[in-house]
Amino acid sequence: MKFLCLECDRQMAFDERAVPGDGTMAAVFKCPDCGRKTAMLANPMETQLVSSLGVKVGGRTVPDADFEGIRSGVASGRDDAFESPPAASPGAVRWSVEAVERLGLVPSFVRGMVKKIYSDYAKERGIEEMTPAVMDRARTDLGLEGM
Amino acid sequence: MNSGIRTYHEVDELHSDLPDQIAAQDERVSARLASVARVVAVMSGKGGVGKSLVSALLATAMARRGRRVGLIDADLNGPSVPRLLGIEPGTLVEGPDGLEPPTSPAGVRVMSMGLLLEPERALAWREPADAGFVWRGAQERGALREFLSDVAWGELDVLLVDLPPGTQRLAELHALIPQLAGVLTVTIPSAASRDSVTRSLDMARTRGLRLLGVIENMSGVLCGACGSLVPLHAGDAGEDLAEGFDVPLLARLPFDPELGAAADGGRLEPWVAGAGPAAEALGRLAEKL
Repeated sequence: MKFLCLECDRQMAFDERAVPGDGTMAAVFKCPDCGRKTAMLANPMETQLVSSLGVKVGGRTVPDADFEGIRSGVASGRDDAFESPPAASPGAVRWSVEAVERLGLVPSFVRGMVKKIYSDYAKERGIEEMTPAVMDRARTDLGLEGM
Repeated sequence: MNSGIRTYHEVDELHSDLPDQIAAQDERVSARLASVARVVAVMSGKGGVGKSLVSALLATAMARRGRRVGLIDADLNGPSVPRLLGIEPGTLVEGPDGLEPPTSPAGVRVMSMGLLLEPERALAWREPADAGFVWRGAQERGALREFLSDVAWGELDVLLVDLPPGTQRLAELHALIPQLAGVLTVTIPSAASRDSVTRSLDMARTRGLRLLGVIENMSGVLCGACGSLVPLHAGDAGEDLAEGFDVPLLARLPFDPELGAAADGGRLEPWVAGAGPAAEALGRLAEKL
């Protein structure tokens, strides 16, 4: 599916993703010329179908994590099935108390993978401290809704 | 209305690369399996014929003979391989080359959904209520793909894939691994099993897969008094299937009550090393393969 800005005759670029509720995925596209935005609302079934294929709408921005689909998809996984994220090492991204609290809300089955994704995001951008604001930005940039 | 709207194919400035992402997934599987000499599926159209037990026994017997063996438990909804091989679910460690697979006492490297799930919980996916049927198959195919691609299998002589009953998972496996070395088929002697397994063999043959042969499990039980083999099921499915599909009947494994206890206790290796008729038949099979 592609979106064309009729005024400018330009293909609208993927801008951001959001999950407004009930499993709907909203993919926002923006005209690179005039800035007009439009949102494509995918119904929950279609959203899950795309998700189950292990692909990312808008293009994959981070490499596949091991067992990414299993960790993010299985709801009955054991808490200690996967190794906990390693303790902070020199040069690693510092996590604020608030960010650690937010991460604590992520099911432990998938927490290690999520922490690594956020940390890699921060490292690549030279961000020294992970905060809830950085996590929000990463979620939008990387399409990590639900994490 | 603008009648000069360009077509879908004319508009090609940006894209999500979804086909490229799918291709990258397949390449990841191929790269991982480059160090695996052969991938062999163990299938049966029928449930309850002992596929997982035969897979675990074969893997153990081959490992005892010095083969480097991996075993994927592709029965995601009814995983039993960890128990059979005496592997307690622990914490999977992420090595530099992927997730490190737990290893059985005999040296079989294993991956199973049973290592990941909460005890006594069914496999449940995060899904919209009442709509999971739409996409659960894709999720399970994805899990199988990740078992193949994300585990640090290392150098293996053979990677066995223990399939659930039915034909769907074999088709998925073949789509993921076009170079699949072959299919081992497990049946019990009954006519009902023969009918179900016939359909699976037909599907495998239609897909052009190499049929390695038939293993008949529970081929009677040895009489404790006279030592003769007493039939457990009416029928001769092993021979019928072998003849019908022109493939070898690789082994007939008699039922052994001691094997049941060994399997439940995760102590297959001492049984495999034993001298009973079933263990000897299995040993000959491991040599053949």
